[in-house]
Amino acid sequence: MEVPISTAELLTTDGIPLKQSLRKAERRNKLRAFLLVFPLLLFIFVTFVMPIGDMLLRSVDDSQINSVFPNTFDEYKNWDKGADELPPEEVYKSLFFELANGDKRQIGKALTRMNYAKSGWKSLIKKTTREIKKIVKKGEEPVSYKDTFININKLWADPTYWYSFNQMVKDRSSIYYWNALDRTFDEDGDVVLQDEKRRMYIKTWLRTFKVSIYVTIFCLILGFPVAHLLANLPLRYSNLLMIFVLLPFWTSLLVRTTAWIVMLQQNGVINGILVWLGVISDDGRIQMVYNEVGTLIAMTQILLPFMILPLYSVMRVIPKSHMRAAQNLGAKPVTAFLRVYLPQTIPGISAGGLLVFVLAIGYFITPELVGGKDGKLIGSWIAYHLKTTLNWGLCAALGAILLGIMLIFYWLYNKIVGIDNIKLG
Amino acid sequence: MNDTSQSFVKFEKIDKSYDGEVLVVKNLNLDIAKGEFVTMLGPSGSGKTTTLMMLAGFETPTNGEIFLDTKPISKIPPYEREIGMVFQNYALFPHMTVAENLSFPLEVRKISKPDIKEKVQKALDMVELGNFGTRFPAQLSGGQQQRVALARALVFEPRLVLMDEPLGALDKNLREQMQYEIKHIHDRIGITVVYVTHDQSEALTMSNRIAVFNDGVVQQLSTPDILYEKPENSFVAKFIGENNTLNGVVREVNGSSCTVELDGGFGMVKALKINVNEVGEKTQLSIRPERVSIDNSASGSNNFSGKIEELIYLGDHIRARLDVCGNNEFIVKVPNEGSFNHKEGDQLKLSWNSEDVRALDL
Repeated sequence: MEVPISTAELLTTDGIPLKQSLRKAERRNKLRAFLLVFPLLLFIFVTFVMPIGDMLLRSVDDSQINSVFPNTFDEYKNWDKGADELPPEEVYKSLFFELANGDKRQIGKALTRMNYAKSGWKSLIKKTTREIKKIVKKGEEPVSYKDTFININKLWADPTYWYSFNQMVKDRSSIYYWNALDRTFDEDGDVVLQDEKRRMYIKTWLRTFKVSIYVTIFCLILGFPVAHLLANLPLRYSNLLMIFVLLPFWTSLLVRTTAWIVMLQQNGVINGILVWLGVISDDGRIQMVYNEVGTLIAMTQILLPFMILPLYSVMRVIPKSHMRAAQNLGAKPVTAFLRVYLPQTIPGISAGGLLVFVLAIGYFITPELVGGKDGKLIGSWIAYHLKTTLNWGLCAALGAILLGIMLIFYWLYNKIVGIDNIKLG
Repeated sequence: MNDTSQSFVKFEKIDKSYDGEVLVVKNLNLDIAKGEFVTMLGPSGSGKTTTLMMLAGFETPTNGEIFLDTKPISKIPPYEREIGMVFQNYALFPHMTVAENLSFPLEVRKISKPDIKEKVQKALDMVELGNFGTRFPAQLSGGQQQRVALARALVFEPRLVLMDEPLGALDKNLREQMQYEIKHIHDRIGITVVYVTHDQSEALTMSNRIAVFNDGVVQQLSTPDILYEKPENSFVAKFIGENNTLNGVVREVNGSSCTVELDGGFGMVKALKINVNEVGEKTQLSIRPERVSIDNSASGSNNFSGKIEELIYLGDHIRARLDVCGNNEFIVKVPNEGSFNHKEGDQLKLSWNSEDVRALDL
């Protein structure tokens, strides 16, 4: 027998459609909930979404130079590179007036950008501008703008300078991303490797990965037994141990990092003890700081709590009876650990591992202080360009790549382990 | 039960202390026959679980030796003892399916894949969970988890199965159902079971013999009926079933019986001499509620009266709390035959046989 399915809408006792009535009843609650979280949403938007969006835009933004030389760039697009060796007269003319009348500060900024494309632009334009201003002052109108330029500096007859314009004529550019990967554009606009002495980012990227992976592994090896102890000791002792684990959290990062310098440097505590014990000779003191080793040691110590705490929170709820049950069922302690205990700690291992890795990959202060020349990570380059060279486009590109890598790892992690397996506390 | 199988498990002079100051188990001597269902019953902290853990190998006896099949086992690690165990909270491995949980003990014994499959299926069928192999423990109800734990403890054919309050987490109906099921499985496969519980009705239902623990000492080891009807000391009398007590002093000893003068001058009571030796000794008399008669015909040898303090209607019987000889917690069970028409505050005439009163230690 077929049960007739009613297609009619359900009505309330008053005859209003049930769904409509429900919506009305829920509206107030929904509104209230929204108003409660609204300040936080606004805060997150202003302090998080907007800066990151701005950063991502900045990493591809190339519009400033276009606003300084709009006509020049327009004319430049008409240059048939196959037919003429140099750009047409109109390009020189536009540039003449835009240099003569342009805002000095804006031109300065544009010059910095032009120098990224080809070094030498800055001094060339500066010299030329000075001469052009003289000509304008005299009230002369050049017969040929092209000849005027070439008279001022014969580099203007060098087409390679003009070719480098090519990568700047668009509002958007991928140059910063290529720079962040030790690459640049050549005269034809193809991507090529940087000069050998200017290649430093790939090396740093690789080191950043290597250090982050090592730090994660060391933290896991050191943190696992501690977390296990924390979870299984009687409360009296585990509380004490917990304080030791948390103590670093309450100490300034700078203090801890400089403490490591004191410990590890060649005239430091550890070398002193080793010499005193006769393990090494006085002139064989080991270099443990201002290199990758120092970075590894200090970062492992500093990030250790981030591994221990998620592990502890997972281990605490694994009943002790599981190990007993496994042994009772005939498994040797090692087998019981590998097959029963370890699989149950995976959510903690992955949470701690992801946390430590993500923190390590973007770490800045510690590698900067104890890393020396060989131990710097990508964060140091970002800070360097942010503060010293003011190449914010490159900063943004480096940061965006970092963000992208983290997202890839997150995605991979979700594929392999499943993000709902994560457990932070 | 013949003599050769008499002590399949033997505890000999076992002492156990955790801190060197307090003995949790004192001079435990216990023999368990092959195929027997023995329950260790006692309040929490009485040493019963510690005893079980020593047998399983998770605790080491401080003194004495445990023998399994005549061999000492103190030096054998838990994973070589071939003893199955059902834990209090089942201890099922949450990251393995039911079938994987059951295969685990077989896999670590390097049994071939097809054999494992067959044994697992057999064990699951035994607990009526044949179709649940692919589920995870978290997807099962408490009773089903309990059965899986039971199946896992039996699947590798251990010499002995231990159960540590396995039904404690179940609700009352399920608990009773599982009691019968465990009992039936025991009857069917004839395995030796050592069971720990603090629930006396559970112990009475399931066991061949019960060891009543208190304060680290076995107070009495006996079959359920003897334990209930002939408790040997006041702890057992109080712990098993309901019990009325009257305190007094022994005035006369006559073979297996004695006469006791009740404290407060309420008169003399004739009783069985169980745990008292001489005249002048203080004693506690124990009488089961159902052995007290409210018949006025005065057939029993001991006749007293009491005031009704409280009446509770329980359907098949009426539970009356009386004030008898200075004890106002004196319980009498009156069968509901429709003829009981007393009210609270009334005086009732009581009597009991002297064979039903046991003079125990105080």
